[in-house]
Amino acid sequence: MAVSALSVPRPVAAPALPLLERRRRLAGAAFLAPAALYMIVFFGYPMVHNLVMGSQDYSVSSFYTGDAPFVGFDNYAAIFSDPAFWPTLGRTAMFTVASIVFQFVIGLALAVFFVRRFPLSGVIRALLLLPWLLPLVVSASVWRWIFDQDNGILNIALRGAGVIDEPIGWLNTVAWSLVSVIITNIWIGIPFNLVLLHGGLQAIPGSLYEAAALDGAGPWRQFTHISWPLLKPVTQVTLVLGLVYTLKVFDVIAVMTGGGPASSSQTLTVWSYQLSFNEFLFGQGAAVGNLLIVIALIAGLAYVRSAQQSLRSAS
Amino acid sequence: MNRTIVPVVVSASVLALAACSTAADPGAGESSGGTTDLAASITQLDGYTDGTSAEAWQSMLDECSDETGVAIERQSLPTSQMMPTILRQASSRSMANLIFVDNPNVQQIAATGALAPLDSLGLSADGYPDGIAAAGSYDGSLYGLAPGVNALALFYNKDILADAGVEPPTTWDELRAAAAELTTGNTYGLSMALLPTEEGTWQFLPFFWGAGAELTDVGSDEAVEALTFVQGLFDDGSVSASALNWNQAEAGDQFTAGQAAMTITGSWSVANFDKAASVDYGIVPIPAADGSAAPVALGGEVGVISQADDAEMAAAAAVLECMTSPEHQTYWAEQHAYIPGQTAVAEEYGAATPTMQAFVDAVASARPRTDDLGEAYPTTSTALIEAVQNALTGQLSPADALNAAASSVSSGQ
Repeated sequence: MAVSALSVPRPVAAPALPLLERRRRLAGAAFLAPAALYMIVFFGYPMVHNLVMGSQDYSVSSFYTGDAPFVGFDNYAAIFSDPAFWPTLGRTAMFTVASIVFQFVIGLALAVFFVRRFPLSGVIRALLLLPWLLPLVVSASVWRWIFDQDNGILNIALRGAGVIDEPIGWLNTVAWSLVSVIITNIWIGIPFNLVLLHGGLQAIPGSLYEAAALDGAGPWRQFTHISWPLLKPVTQVTLVLGLVYTLKVFDVIAVMTGGGPASSSQTLTVWSYQLSFNEFLFGQGAAVGNLLIVIALIAGLAYVRSAQQSLRSAS
Repeated sequence: MNRTIVPVVVSASVLALAACSTAADPGAGESSGGTTDLAASITQLDGYTDGTSAEAWQSMLDECSDETGVAIERQSLPTSQMMPTILRQASSRSMANLIFVDNPNVQQIAATGALAPLDSLGLSADGYPDGIAAAGSYDGSLYGLAPGVNALALFYNKDILADAGVEPPTTWDELRAAAAELTTGNTYGLSMALLPTEEGTWQFLPFFWGAGAELTDVGSDEAVEALTFVQGLFDDGSVSASALNWNQAEAGDQFTAGQAAMTITGSWSVANFDKAASVDYGIVPIPAADGSAAPVALGGEVGVISQADDAEMAAAAAVLECMTSPEHQTYWAEQHAYIPGQTAVAEEYGAATPTMQAFVDAVASARPRTDDLGEAYPTTSTALIEAVQNALTGQLSPADALNAAASSVSSGQ
């Protein structure tokens, strides 16, 4: 208030300006309203509801009666003391890190490859987007068949090539199930990384590469000194979005292994679902969900911070 | 071919008779003792989404709509989405009037107070076996009735068994020996579905109960005996390790593809197996440890009525009464390979369809999963299948796995 009063130093023009200003602000608010309303209804409300649910003993009855006793941090205590907690957190970290690293590296390699124009490059690039266009349930079902121990094409191919003697139980052994769902998730995530990074690479002016070539820089030096530094903002966005997308992966694991066998491919999302819909412990399920929100939030804030820093250093 | 046509004709003529009788008798609402008018329309939720069963269910709904004069607005969802949808509808007070829900969930929903007791609507479980009545009851009141139910049995490939000179097993020892002997090349002796969900628990229960174990004590010696036996089947290589990830449809596919000589599955599979027509199969009860038929869990969906105004509840009750009429029980059994709910109807059906007799027997003595534990069943079920998976993947011994399950159950309550 005080600031706006001070920032209007010309009393003569004052009567006209506030009206214009007010109108402009009103228009601004009107334009903002639909988006804000949308966010509040479809994002704010569910999130607040989930936060509240995490501190309630929310049972099947609660849905009908609306009564859910407040239990403070009991749900969190139950989760943290559950013997499944640390292994599940570890698997979630493993799943997320491995998925993102491979998705990003392979996506970047493909993006660099497709920046050069060659016959059919557009068609092939479009085909590479296919995994992204398929419904996740379809992709996961297909991979489920590929990984099948007895009749899956992967085991048949590996045995035919003499790589293995005995079929590997990709989806039904504790040693392999997490690896299998990670491989599938990498395959699904590559196109997303490819598209974003390819767009970022195309935005880099070609003249920089020409100049570097004239100065005698080879492809590797061009990549490390031009592409990589100039791609940094896109890289950051890609990694943060990748992190959020990977943390919340549910369909792929649910379809392929259901988190099994013996919970060996269970991540926090799958655990949250199982607590909620198999055991009907909705409060605990919500608590696990909240934990995921916090993790994603930390990653998001870290991104915003580093983006601001790079803006500041740029200006 | 005839099997699909005859029941339609039968139920059409029954419908004609029923239409006459309702014309003479002013409505099913009368039977509740009140003079409640029926609502003009109700909503109905079911889990029959695949081709044949969805059509058969629709034709039953159509007939009951004509018979009662109540328009029925149908919604059907994949089984996995039933509970989330019901809960969502419950919280927004927009529950379907009539819901056909998997029987172990009835207690959960009834406990919310969202369901109407059927006795107050003039319906009773007369003629139903105790197990089915218990599965539809909560806290001493009846909340659900089923036109048909199902249970598990052991299917065997007649050709493979005959070639190997193996008789269908009637004891655990015979089952283990037969499964081992029938395992050759690409063919496993037995396929089953022990995936880490309720479906897996349901498949394990015949062995669990067959050893004399009870859900109230999952760490008992009998439970260890059951899990040790199943582990033996896996250790012998008689069951593919993929069974830890298969659902029942996939385990059944192994059987129709000739890659499993025997399979454990429910009556509904008969419809699929007959359609595939690739295997000449026989059906016997799953053996128990002592050589008798193992108690199996009661399966199938139960019709429940949600709280609403009197006219809607009366209309839903009239439709449910029609859906569970003997004629419709038989029709549903013919179409979907379920077993009619009422004992007399089931016996008649078994006599007319000898291949299904094993299931008629199994259903008569089938145990509802929620009988001992009520609403606490899901926690125990989750712990039990986790123990099965821990043992079969070699993470823990059967005894350690079941003890861990027992302690997680007791800490959770």
